[in-house]
Parts: sequence; structure tokens; C-alpha cells
Amino acid sequence: MTVFLQHNRVKLALHTLRDGTGPRLLLLHALGDRSPERVPAELEGWPGSIYALDFTGHGSSTVPAGGGYTAEALMGDADVGLAATGPATVVGRGLGGYIGLLLAGARPGEVRGVAILDGPGLAGGGDRPGPAVVRGVPGALSAPDPFALVELGSDLRPREYVRRFAVLATEHSPYANPVAVCGRQRPAWLEAVLEVPGVVEEPLEAALRRFAVFG
Amino acid sequence: MTAPVAEEPRFLTYPGARRPARHRWVDSYGVRLHVCEWGDADGPPLFLVHGGSDFAGTFDVFAPLLADAGWRVISWDHRGHGDSDHAALYSWDADVRDALSVLDSTTPDAVPVVAHSKGGGMMLQLAEALPYRLSKLVVVDGLPSRDPAPDVSDHEHRKFTQKTLAEWLDHRRAAHINLRKPGTLEELARRRKRMNPRLSDDWLRYLVTIGARRDPDGWRWKLDPAIRFGGFGPWSPEWSLQRLKGLKVPLLGLTATVEEEMGWGTNHRALLPYLPPQAEIIPFENTGHFIHIEHPHRVAELVLEFLR
Repeated sequence: MTVFLQHNRVKLALHTLRDGTGPRLLLLHALGDRSPERVPAELEGWPGSIYALDFTGHGSSTVPAGGGYTAEALMGDADVGLAATGPATVVGRGLGGYIGLLLAGARPGEVRGVAILDGPGLAGGGDRPGPAVVRGVPGALSAPDPFALVELGSDLRPREYVRRFAVLATEHSPYANPVAVCGRQRPAWLEAVLEVPGVVEEPLEAALRRFAVFG
Repeated sequence: MTAPVAEEPRFLTYPGARRPARHRWVDSYGVRLHVCEWGDADGPPLFLVHGGSDFAGTFDVFAPLLADAGWRVISWDHRGHGDSDHAALYSWDADVRDALSVLDSTTPDAVPVVAHSKGGGMMLQLAEALPYRLSKLVVVDGLPSRDPAPDVSDHEHRKFTQKTLAEWLDHRRAAHINLRKPGTLEELARRRKRMNPRLSDDWLRYLVTIGARRDPDGWRWKLDPAIRFGGFGPWSPEWSLQRLKGLKVPLLGLTATVEEEMGWGTNHRALLPYLPPQAEIIPFENTGHFIHIEHPHRVAELVLEFLR
């Protein structure tokens, strides 16, 4: 089942991959990707309901005109999803992992835990601006939006900035170790996040077992 | 665009102010931008760039002074501002891309640009990305040296708390139903006064007739309610400072000396290590952030001399 949620002028597709009771899980896809149609194998063991959100410009969500993508706007997407599902564990691939971390810092009471997985868009644009891409890109208005690929692929993630979200998540969450790094990619910002007390490296399966207990 | 308002005729004029001679629209990849022009359509183009939360109509006194000297003066409302489209997404990069769309709609040649506040930072980025596109650059209180710059929204600040993040997200959750607060023309002018305390009441009332629209329940600023003043995001003045070092075009920087809510608090001495050799910085004594509104004739003289 898919419902559409309004985030400013964008309609976001929220897919229910598994309906049910028990703890909720919100899956965030990678850059250029879309939500899966079925529960991925690695989430089969999750004991509750599973939802997946298509970010702005991706999957079945609105592809807006003229770009202007930021990770912070996508955090807003994920937060609108979270408002619809209720408090949930967030699992994010690549860009979705980064967005999940931002959301865990901003909504520590509603994100039970975030598991960051490898995938496209995890690295972003690094610490400092590089050569700026300012002209338009062809093929806009079809998903995935080429503006999203360019702008979110080069979106800056200064270590101190990202680290702050991890600190907010670990300090304000009522749960222990709410940030789990479950992949092998280590962009500079993720190395900085791993230095924050309370952030853990562990296999996805272990993280999900812990987070499921949080309800 | 706002139609003339018969009920408020006394605020439709302001000494020295002149509405643009021409209006046109530019499609920036699906976002419609409102473009204003003053002066002879065959004159050499000169671009004016407004700052955050502003609109092209704020140049109604300054632009005619340049137009009367023979320039074809062109400005535009940034996406979400003035009469331009409210967009789904806003970012610094999108603003720079929109700027290029307006330049491209006018001429492929290198052009001089006068940019205020956030517009100055945008033009420093454009000058780095496409150095051939600008011939000369004037930045009016928009050179960085303070963090954060107050009129830069959402994506561009680094300091934040869990509370500010939650408030920002709450705002986003309701963005699709939010409207700007209505009020009388006087009330809107008073609200603006809090941000622009040095500008005259008559000028602010005049601005309301351009930058606001009249709904059945009162006047509302046209600025997209999804755009929030202040915010957070990975932005550092250091990035713009580094850009300054590599700037190849002549640069004239005018800096304010009186701190204001919307001002950038630029310390011109702190800028010195970053300036390219062809730069000139002129501090304006006892002047706030809107230097070109407080001293339109003096700024126009300096700009015309610089462009000569």
C-alpha cells in the first residue's frame, strides 16, 4: 500500500512493505534509488511493521522543477514520513543513512535508532565547496531527478557539522547507542561520527535486535 | 505583480522612487522568475542582485540613478521572493543557477553586477564557477567575515541546537498550510521596521505596496512562507573568503559600520588578508546594512565611477 504525504509542495510516497503491530521501521533509500517493492532480505527478521519512503525527486514522489536539493530538505522529507508512521527505527542506505543520522539528531525522541548502511550518496561533497555546478541538467522532471543526483551528490558534509547531529542523537535519545554504523564505507564525516561517544559499529542484524527492543 | 492599490494612494510613491520601465519573465528550469528593467532597453546591461528576504523593488530609488546614467539596469526576484514562483526547494546553488538563467536571458557577454548582502555571496560563487561571465563586481555589505550571516536561510548555518532543529522540522511539517501573517499596510511596515530599523517609515510603507499583496483578510508579504529567516546547515564564511582570493574581476566592496539585525557585521580589516589585489573596500561611516537605500546618490556615484 502507498500513501502520499504532503511536504511543502511535494507529495511524498510512503510505502507500507509490511503492515502489523510491534515496533516500526522506516527505510530510507540511497541517492538515485527508490523504495523496494518488498521487504529486503536483511530486514526479514524485523518483528514489526516496515515502511519505506521515496525522497523528493525519487521513486513515486514529486519531481519538482528547478532543483534546489539539500540534505536538510530531505531530512524534512524523512520527518514527514516519521510523523505518519509514528516513532520508528530508521534504516538508511547511502544518502538515506546520512539523512537518517540528521533525523536522529533532530528528533531523538521519535527515532528509536538509526542504522547507517553503505550505498550511493553516502559520501556527499566533502568538507569544502569544489567547482560549483550552476547550469541546469538535461532530463529533469523524471525520477530520479538529475538535479538531485548532482546537488545531493556534491552536498557538503563538514565533519564538525555532521558530528553535531550524532552528539545530539546520543545525548538526547532516551535509549543507549541510538546510532549504529553498519556498513564498510567511511567518508570523512562518518569517521568523525564514529568518534562520538555512544556511536557504535555493529552488523545490521545486531543493531536491529537492539532497536526492536526500544519499541 | 501587485496591481495599483487605489485605497492606499499615498504610499504608492516615494521621493526618487521609480517603478521599472519593463517587466518580463524568465523560466529557470521550470521556476518562473520575475525580471525588472529600468532605463534604455538598448543600453549596456548592468545587473542588481537583492539579498535574502528582499525583492527587486527595493532598488526602486537606486536603480533609476544608474539607469539615468545610460545603463540598462536589470534585477529579478529570487525564487520564492517578490513576484517570482514559490518553488518546492530552495538552496544557495539554486539561487546561483537562477541568477545565471537571468544573465543568459539577457546577454552571453561578461556583465557588471552590483549585489547586496546574500546576493554578494551568490555572485562570488558565480564568479568562481564561471569567471568569464562577470566583468566587474560591486558587493554592498555582502562580503563575509561573520558567522552566521543572518539573512541566509535554512541550509547555510552551522550553529544549532536540538530545539532549533525540532522547530525547523515542525515548520516543514506544516509548510503546505502555512500562510504569512496578514495585517494592515502599517502593520507590515512596522514588522519590517524591526528588521530594517534605520529605514524610514515612508520607505517601508512604499515597499509594502510592492513586496506584499492584499488578500481579503489583509496584506501579506509575498515571500514564500516556507522560507524561514535563519536556520542551520553546513555553511562557513571561510568558503566565501577563500573565493575572494581567487577573484579575477575588479571588485568594489562597500561595507556598513552600524550593526543591524540583517547586517553581515563585516569587519573590513578582517577582510584584508583575503582580498585580491584589484579590490577596493570602502566602509560607510554611521551606516547600516542597506547602504544603497540610506545613501543612494553616493553609492550610485561610486558605482558609476567604478564602472567607467
